[in-house]
Amino acid sequence: MATAVESRPAAPAKGSSKGAGMSEGQKKTWWAVADLVVLLYALVPVLWILSLSFKTTDTITDGNFFPRSWTLDNYAQIFQIGLFTAALRNSIGIALISTVLAVVIGTMAAYAIARLDFPGKKVLVGVSLLIAMFPQISLVSPLFDIFRGIGIFDTWLGLILPYITFALPLAIYTLSAFFREIPWELEKAAKMDGATPLQAFRSVIVPLAAPGVFTTAILVFIFCWNDFLFAISLTSTSRSQTATVAIANFTGASQFAEPTGSIAAAAVLLTIPIIVFVLFFQRRIVAGLTSGAVKG
Amino acid sequence: MADIVLDHVYKRYPDGTLGADDVNIEIADGEFIILVGPSGCGKSTTLNMIAGLEDISDGELRIGGQRMNERAPKDRDIAMVFQSYALYPHMTVRENMAFPLKLAKVDKAEIDRKVTDAAKILDLTQHLDRKPANMSGGQRQRVAMGRAIVRSPKAFLMDEPLSNLDAKLRVQMRTMVSKLQQRLETTTVYVTHDQTEAMTLGDRIVVMRSGVVQQIGSPQHLYDHPANLFVAGFIGSPAMNFLPARLENDSLRTALGDLALSDQVRQTLSSSGAERDVIVGIRPEHFEDAALIEEGIRHQGSTFSAQVDVLESMGSDKFAYFTIEEQATSDELAELAADAGTADVPGGDAGQLVTRLSAASGASEGQSVDVWVDTSKLQVFDPKNGKNLTASEAAPATV
Ligand SMILES: Nc1ncnc2c1ncn2[C@@H]1O[C@H](COP(=O)(O)OP(=O)(O)OP(=O)(O)O)[C@@H](O)[C@H]1O
Ligand SMILES: [Mg+2]
Repeated sequence: MATAVESRPAAPAKGSSKGAGMSEGQKKTWWAVADLVVLLYALVPVLWILSLSFKTTDTITDGNFFPRSWTLDNYAQIFQIGLFTAALRNSIGIALISTVLAVVIGTMAAYAIARLDFPGKKVLVGVSLLIAMFPQISLVSPLFDIFRGIGIFDTWLGLILPYITFALPLAIYTLSAFFREIPWELEKAAKMDGATPLQAFRSVIVPLAAPGVFTTAILVFIFCWNDFLFAISLTSTSRSQTATVAIANFTGASQFAEPTGSIAAAAVLLTIPIIVFVLFFQRRIVAGLTSGAVKG
Repeated sequence: MADIVLDHVYKRYPDGTLGADDVNIEIADGEFIILVGPSGCGKSTTLNMIAGLEDISDGELRIGGQRMNERAPKDRDIAMVFQSYALYPHMTVRENMAFPLKLAKVDKAEIDRKVTDAAKILDLTQHLDRKPANMSGGQRQRVAMGRAIVRSPKAFLMDEPLSNLDAKLRVQMRTMVSKLQQRLETTTVYVTHDQTEAMTLGDRIVVMRSGVVQQIGSPQHLYDHPANLFVAGFIGSPAMNFLPARLENDSLRTALGDLALSDQVRQTLSSSGAERDVIVGIRPEHFEDAALIEEGIRHQGSTFSAQVDVLESMGSDKFAYFTIEEQATSDELAELAADAGTADVPGGDAGQLVTRLSAASGASEGQSVDVWVDTSKLQVFDPKNGKNLTASEAAPATV
C-alpha cells in the first residue's frame, strides 16, 4: 500500500546534479531510464493488486495481468459487509488525530532540539531514537494487559497513544533536520525588527518550516494508516478496528474459498486516502523555500 | 537618534571565552563608528550586546542615557543589518521592508509611504514585488538596508554588511552606505574586516584584539599615531614595516644602518629610558629614492642602499621590495601575520621591507638603489608590551 506513495517523490528526479562528461541529452535519457526502473519496481505489485480487484472469482487465479472479464463485484462485496465501512472510518479518524498530535508535539520538541542548548538534550535525542529502534512486538502483550486494566482496550485512544509514541521519534528527527536548515539569523533579524519570540516563530519560522511539517505529516500518517500489529492486538470489535485488521478478517464464500478478490479491492481502497493526502500536501512541499534568505 | 555608551562592558561566554574584556566606548549621537580587528577579536560580540542578541555579563550599556542591559532587542529601537542579510525568503521585498513597521502597528497608508520612500532612496522601486531568492547580492543587500531604515531607529548596527559582495559592488555599496548615513544622520556602529571600509567610512575607528579595545580615534589619528604595535600593523595597507633596532644615544641601530633620531622623537624617547632593544616601525611612504630628495631636507632622514628584490610600478608610484635579514618578533606581529594569512607564506610579509617610491624613481629590479628614510616619521615600539614609545605622549587622550 505504501509503495504507491513512495514512488511519487521519485518521479521528479534531481536533474540538477552535474554529471561530468555527459551531454544534456544523454543525461536526460539516463535519468528517464532510472526513473522508469524505479517506477516499475514500485508500481508493478500495486497494478497487480488493482488487476486482481477487478477479476471475477473464477478468473482470479488465471495469472493474467489484464483481467479477461471485468467486474466490480469485489468492491460491491466489501461494502456489503458493514464492518469494512466502520473500519475505514476508524482508520481515518485514528490516523488523522495521531498525525495532528504527533506533528504538533514533534514541532515543538524539534524546535527546542534544533535551537536551544539545554541539559539533557543529548539524552532526550538518544531516548527518542531508542524508542524508534524498540521492537514493537515486544510491547504488544504488556500494552494489551495495561490497556485492559485501565479500560482503553479496543478504543481509539488505545491506538492513538502507541501511534504517537512511535511516530514522535520520526517526527522529531525529520522536523529538527528542517529547523536546522532555517538560518538562525532570520530569528535574530525578526527580534531586531521588533518581534516578540512568539511573533518571530509564527511569522518567520513556521512559514519556513511548513515543508518540513507537511513532509512529517505525510510520513506519520502513512505510518499510522499502515499499522497492523497494534491494530490487531489492541482492538476486538468494529468500535475501533482499523481497515488493515478488517481486511485480515475477511472471509470467503465458503470456508475453503480465499477472499482474494475482496482483499485486493480493499487494498486498493486503502491506498486512495494516502494518495489524496500526499497530493494535497505535496504542493506545499516546495523545496528550497529558504533560498535567498542568506547568501551561501 | 541617540548616543550609545558602553561602560566597562564584559562578555563571558558559558565556555569561559572572554568575548569582550572591559570595553569602554562612547558613541556620540549621529556618529559613524567602525569596529575593526582580526577574526575572533570580539567585534560581533560587542555589536550583539548593543543589539541585545547577547547578554551583557558585566558593565552597563546606555542608549540615549537609558540603561539597556535588561531590555529585549525589540524594546531598544535599533535596527541591524546582518552579514548574511537575513531577508525573510517567503516575503517579497515590500513585505520584508514593511515587516518592522507592521510589528510596530503603523497604519497601512503610512507603511506604504515609508516603504516607497525607502525603496526610492535605495533604488529598489522596480523590485518591490520580487522575492529575495531572485535577486542579486547587491540588491539583497539594499533590501536589508531598506528594512533597517524604514523604521527610523535610534541607531543602525551593521555586521560586515558588505563582505559577501564582490569587490566592485563593495565599492559602490560603500559609497551608498556613506551617503545614506550622512543623509539620515543616525548613529551607526559598523563592523568590518576591510581596511578601506574602516578608513573611509567612519568618523572614528575602534581597533579590537582578543576582546580588548586597543585604540579609539579618527582614521587619520590611528594611522599617524598608533598606540601600539598591533594598531600600527593593522591599520594601513601595505602594512607598516617593522624592524628590530637597538636604541643607542641619539640613534637607532637597525638592519638599514643607523637611523638618526629627529629632535622630536628623541625628546619623547629620552624620557622612556636609556639603551635598549626596540622595534621601529616605518610606513612604506616614508621612504623615497634618495636621488629625488633635495639637499635641503636630506639631513632630516637617513640614507641606506640596498638591492631591489621586486619592483611594482603602479603608474603613480613604485613599490620597491627589499629583503632584510632580521625580523622583528612579538606576539602582536605574529597575530597580525596569522590574521593576514602571511605567516606561513614563504617570502610573505616576513623579512620583507616595502617601500613606496615616487614614479620618477630610477630604481629597477635587481639593481642597487639609494633609499632615503624620513626619520621624523619613525615610530618606536617597546617589544615587550608593544606600546608606542614615540606617539603616546603627544597624542590627545583617545581612550
Ligand atoms: N556562543 C559562543 N560561545 C563561546 N564563545 C564564543 C561564542 N561566540 C563567539 N565566541 C568567541 O568569542 C570571541 C569573539 O567572537 P566574535 O564573533 O565576536 O568575533 P568577531 O570579531 O566578530 O570575528 P569575525 O571577524 O570572525 O566575525 C571568539 O574567540 C569566539 O570564538
Ligand atoms: Mg563577526
